[in-house]
Amino acid sequence: MTASANVRLRLETVRLTALFDRTAAVREVSILFPAHTVTAIIGPSGCGKSTFLRCLNRMHELSEGGWVTGKVLLDEVDIYASDVNPIQLRRRIGMVFQRPTPFPTMSIFDNVAAGLRVNGRRPHHEMEEAVERALRQAALWDEVKDRLHASALELSGGQQQRLCIARAVAPEPEILLLDEPTASLDPAGTQRIEELCHELKRLYTIVIVTHNLQQAARVSDYTAFFYMGRLIEVGRTHELFTKPQVEQTEQYITGRFG
Amino acid sequence: MSGRTVRRRIASGVMTGLVATLSFTAVLALVLILGDLIAKGASSIDWAFFTKSPVPAGESGGGVANAIVGSGIVVGLAALIGLPIGIGAGLFLAEYGAGRLGFLVRFIADVLNGTPSIVIGIFAWTWMVKPVGGFSALAGSAALAILMIPMIARTTEEMVRLVPHSLREAALALGYPRWRTSLRVVARTALGGIVTGCLVGIARVAGETAPLLFTALGNLNFTTDVRQPMQTLSLQIYVYATGPFDEWHRLAWAAALVLMALVLILAMVARWVTRQRHDRVR
Amino acid sequence: MTTLPIEPVPAPPPSIETPSTEPRWASLRGVNASDRIYKGVLTVLALFLPLLIVALFVQLFVSALPAIKRFGFSFLWTSTWDPVAEIYGAAPMIFGTLASSLIALLIAVPLALGVAIFLTEFAPRWVRQPVAFLVEMLAAIPSVVYGLWGVFVLIPFLRGYVVPTLKALLGWTPFFQGVFYGNSLLAGGIILAIMIVPYIAAVSREVLLAVPAAQREAALGMGATRWEAVWTAVLPYGRAGLIGAIILGLGRALGETMAVTLVIGNRHDISLSALQPAYTMAAAIANEFSEATTSLYLSALFEVGLILFVITVVVNAFARLLIWRVARGAAVGSKAL
Repeated sequence: MTASANVRLRLETVRLTALFDRTAAVREVSILFPAHTVTAIIGPSGCGKSTFLRCLNRMHELSEGGWVTGKVLLDEVDIYASDVNPIQLRRRIGMVFQRPTPFPTMSIFDNVAAGLRVNGRRPHHEMEEAVERALRQAALWDEVKDRLHASALELSGGQQQRLCIARAVAPEPEILLLDEPTASLDPAGTQRIEELCHELKRLYTIVIVTHNLQQAARVSDYTAFFYMGRLIEVGRTHELFTKPQVEQTEQYITGRFG
Repeated sequence: MSGRTVRRRIASGVMTGLVATLSFTAVLALVLILGDLIAKGASSIDWAFFTKSPVPAGESGGGVANAIVGSGIVVGLAALIGLPIGIGAGLFLAEYGAGRLGFLVRFIADVLNGTPSIVIGIFAWTWMVKPVGGFSALAGSAALAILMIPMIARTTEEMVRLVPHSLREAALALGYPRWRTSLRVVARTALGGIVTGCLVGIARVAGETAPLLFTALGNLNFTTDVRQPMQTLSLQIYVYATGPFDEWHRLAWAAALVLMALVLILAMVARWVTRQRHDRVR
Repeated sequence: MTTLPIEPVPAPPPSIETPSTEPRWASLRGVNASDRIYKGVLTVLALFLPLLIVALFVQLFVSALPAIKRFGFSFLWTSTWDPVAEIYGAAPMIFGTLASSLIALLIAVPLALGVAIFLTEFAPRWVRQPVAFLVEMLAAIPSVVYGLWGVFVLIPFLRGYVVPTLKALLGWTPFFQGVFYGNSLLAGGIILAIMIVPYIAAVSREVLLAVPAAQREAALGMGATRWEAVWTAVLPYGRAGLIGAIILGLGRALGETMAVTLVIGNRHDISLSALQPAYTMAAAIANEFSEATTSLYLSALFEVGLILFVITVVVNAFARLLIWRVARGAAVGSKAL
């Protein structure tokens, strides 16, 4: 089944298999991520969702014994081609992790600007504009605009996670990868970030890994269900949750196993 | 309560008491030594002590100005040589030290840390004094640098390893190349600990005498020329302590007090730096 | 296996926030030379250490070669040290090194282990920091200051109170014979003991802290007293590491120079009595290196240095291996000066 002509694909994987030495954590996954959508990846613990996500920005190979077969196409270019520089690639793809990881020795401003600075020098006013834009996109600007040079550690957990989102979007990546971004946050913080997903998808293509089914239902346009490293089913969120095609999907969604 | 339980309780109490006593004995030694230093040394310390150099044998008065400056120069130069190599080796161990080379370097560093400093001293003599034909502060600094490097390497490695892996990953995910992650994110976060390790290494080396005996040699005159023999506080104490004059013994105590105070100040500063960073990261 | 059922997605509403879609990015191709340079620089700096230890060994060996060729293995058991006749034997120094270290261990091990156990198991929180700090301060005292204290405080104290007592109680043993003049094996051993206590204590403490709390708690949960929990659950678990700590302390004691040379008497003599003057390898080098007038004399001293170096390397390597088994490669003992 192919895409319709007037839909732009951002990211596509073709029979992607991710391994740790000899063990496959992700098996032969082929999936499309259309532009400006949010795709949620769900599945029980250990099913390979995070590993899969980390393959999309070539972070998997940084793990001990990690390697990959298959292809990942970013705008038709296979990112695993031998002449592709993974560092350049990662600047085009933003990632936010489970726990907020602000750089402790840097101020709020410097944290957000961190991703910009690796891309070469820019005049200071451009930097300031970019930081403000990123903080607004992360819905953090109002809370920190008066203390941009304070330490990033003065923020609360939820604010720090939004700071990490700002840091990830500041370089204007094309894809945003979110690995259980609300796992360590309280309900209020979780809600803020879920609202963000809705807003951010106008600008970016988002893939979010979550173990929280309700969150997936709230936030995403498409949902993919993984189990034991394989992609079991993928479809429009509403349909997947109400009329799953595969029995395993239904069992997971109804809580038959976790 | 049965008799057996009572006996066990008593035994436990006795052993606790024994262990506490042993601890306090150990601490007592420290208190005694420091107390003696102050008691015997403090009275000899006056302004002249810090500003004058030693006077000829048998005369009274004189001070350790040349030794204090000498210590500063020799130790400072040693730090200049030793810190970059030590920190670099430590960063290597933290970043790339997982493999066999890393194991080897780490093991060797630990073994070198236990090598007697006198052996390092005669080694430095062979390379820096014998070929040149003369003793020098430079040779002394080289010996001290050799002592410092394995120490600093291990403390740097330990401090960098403490930085959470997630920070490194966050930087890499932003597209930071590995060298930049290592320096600007990881090492920068660990900086407080690295500095502490360096200060502790410097403090340790500042008190050394053996490696300087045949390199810097010592000098009764005031000099700042690093190609000449130079006096340090530690060498001065040794000369005074082994001399025949009571006057010299008195001065030895005073010099020891000054050396001890300097070492303690360095150690305190090191702890203060750690606490500063610790409070900020909190 | 499955692909997404794709439907047209509405184009995003035009807004000033939409990033431009022109290629803004550097090409995805290319390599990063800077990473390789970084690794190269660090590797070179790190290689300094293996280079150093090899250079040390080679240079000591080469300098000692004349003496080795002249005396062979008899160097190790000859007691004569005669610079005039040019006959050199290191036996008294080797004996003195081992004997003084043994005395030091006998005194230091109970003290140091006591401190370590006290600090990790028994001390109330408010005591821990100050006592740990004080013990660390002991490690900061330079060797020459210990020597100074040894000459002017310890030795008179020994002469006045301790030795008469020892002679009264144990004068019948061969260990306390002869007249006590002050500078002696005993004084050397005691000073060494005080010097290595903080080192053994610091390393032991880290070893004990590495023992999982579960061990202790399991014992306490079964009704053991505090001491029994330590004796039966904690200490056996950390045993390898504790032995390693002790051997590390031994390594330190073997190489100590300044404090020892100030109090041990510096005499090429072997005697079972701890009250007699003695010599250690490190002290001999410190004392005689500048007076070595002939090249054979110097070479003999280098051979002494070589023997000392080899012994300490072996001892330290052994100790570190033991400690690694418990603490898994952490820089244990690095905070102990």
